[in-house]
Amino acid sequence: MAEIQSNDGGGKKKGGKVKQKKINIFVDFTPMVDMNMLLITFFMLCTSLSKPQTMEIVMPTNKKDVKEEEQSQVKESLAITLLLDKDNKVYYYPGKPDYVNYNSLKDLTYNPKDENSIRSLLLMRNKDVVEKINLLKLEKLNLKISQDTFAARSFRIKNGKQTPVVIIKPTDKATYKNLVDALDEMQICNIGKYVIDSITPGDEFLIKNKETKGVYALGKAN
Amino acid sequence: MSKVKVPRKSTRIDMTAMSDVTVLLLTFFMLTSTFVKKEPIQVQTPASVSEIKIPDTDILQILIDPSGKVFMSLDKQKDMVDVLSAVGSEYGIAFSTKELSKFKTLPTFGTDINAMKTFLSYEPAKQDKVLKDLGIPTDSTDNQFKVWVKNARIANPKLRIAIKADSKTPYSVIKNVMNSLRDLKENRYNLITALKEDK
Repeated sequence: MAEIQSNDGGGKKKGGKVKQKKINIFVDFTPMVDMNMLLITFFMLCTSLSKPQTMEIVMPTNKKDVKEEEQSQVKESLAITLLLDKDNKVYYYPGKPDYVNYNSLKDLTYNPKDENSIRSLLLMRNKDVVEKINLLKLEKLNLKISQDTFAARSFRIKNGKQTPVVIIKPTDKATYKNLVDALDEMQICNIGKYVIDSITPGDEFLIKNKETKGVYALGKAN
Repeated sequence: MSKVKVPRKSTRIDMTAMSDVTVLLLTFFMLTSTFVKKEPIQVQTPASVSEIKIPDTDILQILIDPSGKVFMSLDKQKDMVDVLSAVGSEYGIAFSTKELSKFKTLPTFGTDINAMKTFLSYEPAKQDKVLKDLGIPTDSTDNQFKVWVKNARIANPKLRIAIKADSKTPYSVIKNVMNSLRDLKENRYNLITALKEDK
């Protein structure tokens, strides 16, 4: 290994006998290992192996720049509005808000295992798309279609005419995590059309009314 | 009487193989890993299932801490210099070459532009200590954040904006940043997230 045996030719001695002198050169690698270990420790502590994940989002342009006729109208039956509130609470109402009946605002949870989670709601509302996407994924898995055609076709399915449109409205007290979780659900449930919108006083009224079970609206009316 | 012969064994261990292994490991770490950037605040990013990796270059990272302080970092030193001189000239502050060269080595910046000169005159150790209490003003009366982003975009048109925020940050803070970006017509950006374990 680190030993080198050197024959130093051997000098001739009296009587013609050849004596071989052996010199062992042994290189000690211990300091080398020490240094390497030190360097490894340094690299392990000061670097990161994994690159962070990102989520790409495209926000709509400012409302004042868009003319009235250019604004896209959402079909009432397809719209779902998610309201993200403080303490990890989520509410939703389908279509137009109903300000009279506080029960029109329904509770949701972030936990996908719950019965009334965002995921179960969206998967149910988006059933057709999810089925089609799953079929498409199967085709891709069997190498029938390429990555590009998969992307193009899934885009077309997700943005079809009859797919639901989700409007995410976080309140000021919702956390960043809530927003990312909600966006995450869009990706999991193959929602092609979703938008992050700012909360309106009407939505805040709905939440308050829901929390107080209609008492808030009564107080306002009086 | 015959003596019992105790065979003499050398206690020397051959370290060559060990050295081979360590060098191999070292090479692996050097090739695969990237250096962690020094950030003034610890940020716990929320998890998501998204699997898109962030590109290496041309990133403008916006760091937001739970109390709403905003920091920025650019990955190219040339951009850093361009941005600082552009922002400085907008506020009527001229920076010397020495200050510019000091600025370009900063991993993350985030101070009021009016306090930038004093900040750059500090020692690096003091800079680190002070920086976490500073932050770029984002309020609507004096939105310096907007000026920074605008000039960063001019300095490098290929720049991609990445937002890295703590999961406990209230949405009002994020909304403020997003609206500022919106005003600049920066509609496409990335949110940095961690990988979610369960699906």
